[in-house]
Amino acid sequence: MLKKLLLLWQGIRHLSGDDAYERYLLHHHVQHSQENIPVLSKAEFFKRWQDQQWQGIKRCC
Amino acid sequence: MNAIKTSLIWLLISLVGASAIGGIALHRGESINALWFITAALCVYAIAYRFYARWLSTRVFVLDETRATPAERLDNGSDFTPTHRWIVFGHHFAAIAGPGPLIGPTLAAQFGYLPGTLWIIFGAVLGGCVQDMAILFLSTRRNGKSLGQMARDELGLLGGSAALIATFAIMIILISVLGLVVVNAMKHSPWGTFTVAATIPIALLVGVYMRYLRPGHVLEASALGVGLLLCAVAAGGFVDSHPTLHKWFDQDGLTLAWCIMGYGFAAAIMPVWMLLAPRDYLSTYMKIGTISLLAIAIVLLQPDIKMPALTPFIEGNGPIFGGKLFPFVFITIACGAISGFHALISSGTTPKLISNERYIPLIGYGSMLLESFVAIMAMIAATVLEPGVFFAINSSAGVVGSDALAATAKITAWGYPVTALQMQSLAQQMGEATLFARTGGAPSLAVGMASIFGSAFGQGMLAMWYHFAIMFEAIFILTTLDAGTRVGRFMLQDMLGNLWPKMAETSWLPSVILSSAVVVAGWGYFLYIGVIDPNGGVNILWPLFGIANQMLAAIALAIATGILVKSKQLKFSWVTAVPLLWLVIITTTTAWQKLVSPDVRIGFLAAAEQLSLQLNQHLLSPEKASVAPQLIINLNVDAVITFIFTSLMWLIVLDMLHTCYRYLTDQPTSPLSETPHEVSLLNAEWVRD
Repeated sequence: MLKKLLLLWQGIRHLSGDDAYERYLLHHHVQHSQENIPVLSKAEFFKRWQDQQWQGIKRCC
Repeated sequence: MNAIKTSLIWLLISLVGASAIGGIALHRGESINALWFITAALCVYAIAYRFYARWLSTRVFVLDETRATPAERLDNGSDFTPTHRWIVFGHHFAAIAGPGPLIGPTLAAQFGYLPGTLWIIFGAVLGGCVQDMAILFLSTRRNGKSLGQMARDELGLLGGSAALIATFAIMIILISVLGLVVVNAMKHSPWGTFTVAATIPIALLVGVYMRYLRPGHVLEASALGVGLLLCAVAAGGFVDSHPTLHKWFDQDGLTLAWCIMGYGFAAAIMPVWMLLAPRDYLSTYMKIGTISLLAIAIVLLQPDIKMPALTPFIEGNGPIFGGKLFPFVFITIACGAISGFHALISSGTTPKLISNERYIPLIGYGSMLLESFVAIMAMIAATVLEPGVFFAINSSAGVVGSDALAATAKITAWGYPVTALQMQSLAQQMGEATLFARTGGAPSLAVGMASIFGSAFGQGMLAMWYHFAIMFEAIFILTTLDAGTRVGRFMLQDMLGNLWPKMAETSWLPSVILSSAVVVAGWGYFLYIGVIDPNGGVNILWPLFGIANQMLAAIALAIATGILVKSKQLKFSWVTAVPLLWLVIITTTTAWQKLVSPDVRIGFLAAAEQLSLQLNQHLLSPEKASVAPQLIINLNVDAVITFIFTSLMWLIVLDMLHTCYRYLTDQPTSPLSETPHEVSLLNAEWVRD
């Protein structure tokens, strides 16, 4: 039960983008750890993420 | 043994579904319980999803689990990312479900509960879901290409340009009609106006909070925003009872329309993080929360539907909009049954997130089933009202007169008893000055929702529930309005960029201001006319929106049919060709009637002619005579637009048929633009489950 609730909470965080920075860090760690790309700060990452989220048609009738 | 058990369960679901459908179709008593609607819908959805969607996946589209999706091949950690299927489902559903499925069914309830309900259920499983799934599949096989690009690749330049024009046009009409719905909900309602106005500073605060105060703390900021929104609903009651504040927020339609235009313009040029993004968060949470609450309340309360199965208005003289059952019920309910707009979402962000093709039925077909279910709940909320009350709220003054006694007498004479006293006490309960002629669907839906919530969770707070429902509708109508204005601005900048490349720079201020102003002027014009029109405007604008939306659906289905034929699936091409044919029939019939009908409540030209005749013979009241010239011009504009929409649709369908003919007779056609097969290497546990 507790596990399911935790899963639901993770889903909500993922859907809303609350954990976007954590996912970015993970992605950065896995994909780019060998290269010398600097890690963005949370505030800087969030700006880019938010602006990128709003390209194209997002909402419908 | 297990196979027999499964078969028995599906047999049982079929039987329950069939009897529920039969029940609501054949019932002719005083009232019928809303649970029948829920049961009928859920059983049909379950069967359609289990059998039809699966058959579509395996036989028609031939989904391939071994094929790498664009999310895997082009994974860049931002827009292309393999994402868990339920997360993609959530994003996709939040994007497709707007105010449309709430408004359409409410308006279509003038024909009785039956036609709308059947169209919502069967239109979705055979049309809308298939369209969404087909376009999602096609876009996933084409690196997440947009509908417009696919139209250009598969049908040529004509198809591509038509899709672009259709998208732009539908955006303009959609925003104006949504603006009108909000204006009608706020007109002379200080409580409603205050609550809706308060959503703007709340959104700004949330925007600053998640960008600067606590960067990235999205849920925290949203929770703060939702809390403040609920406070604003409560504070509205105080504003309503305060003499000075009451006057400030008690505005007429035209003033509110200008405010909305100013707001739309500001929202289109402001950075997204300030207003658009935070408002979108708030509206998504409100939407999901309220819809779930409504579902729970309906199941708990099991309200009775008071509207008859069919009303005499199926003959075409309905007070909300003119026109017979066929084709107008199919035009009025677009979202919830089949909505072309979804094709833009299915070929937008979603195909870039899907980790495996096997999830296409869940996301494409399944999300649309859920939207159809939202439409069923809107139908229930509209039809639990006494029919007399429903018609009193939704009939414009131009139809029933502006005097309360005369209006109720007229509605009672139609066979739906209602008294002025009853309406007044209802308005008082809801904290409104009047509920007469509050057209657009939002107020009657709010009364319906308030009475359901009130009965299920406490009768004492009806006014609070009513304004909560108004706020809930307004917040995501305004989200669609500002997001739509912004998208319209980008599209216009893109188009103007072909003439003068500098215009396409999305951050060049003169271009931003000019293109935003043009888009706002476009929808602002229709909104303005809708507000000054004594017949309420919804009567004209909603069918126009329906035609535009169905035309876009026809374009999407034409693309899908053309590709199916070219993919050697001719024998299965009926899955998209039949809904396409149906849309062509209803759109053409509607357009034809809108152009040539001698009935002034249907035909644009007939109405224009009658109005100019009355104007010339000085038969109009001075008030009406002052707006008549504008209304006449507008009716002609509407006629031209209807003609263009229908011609565009026919051009594309003929273009598609021509391409299919060439393909089938072995003449050269443009090749399929599908990306080549690459083996998927993704099998990590998190993607699978």
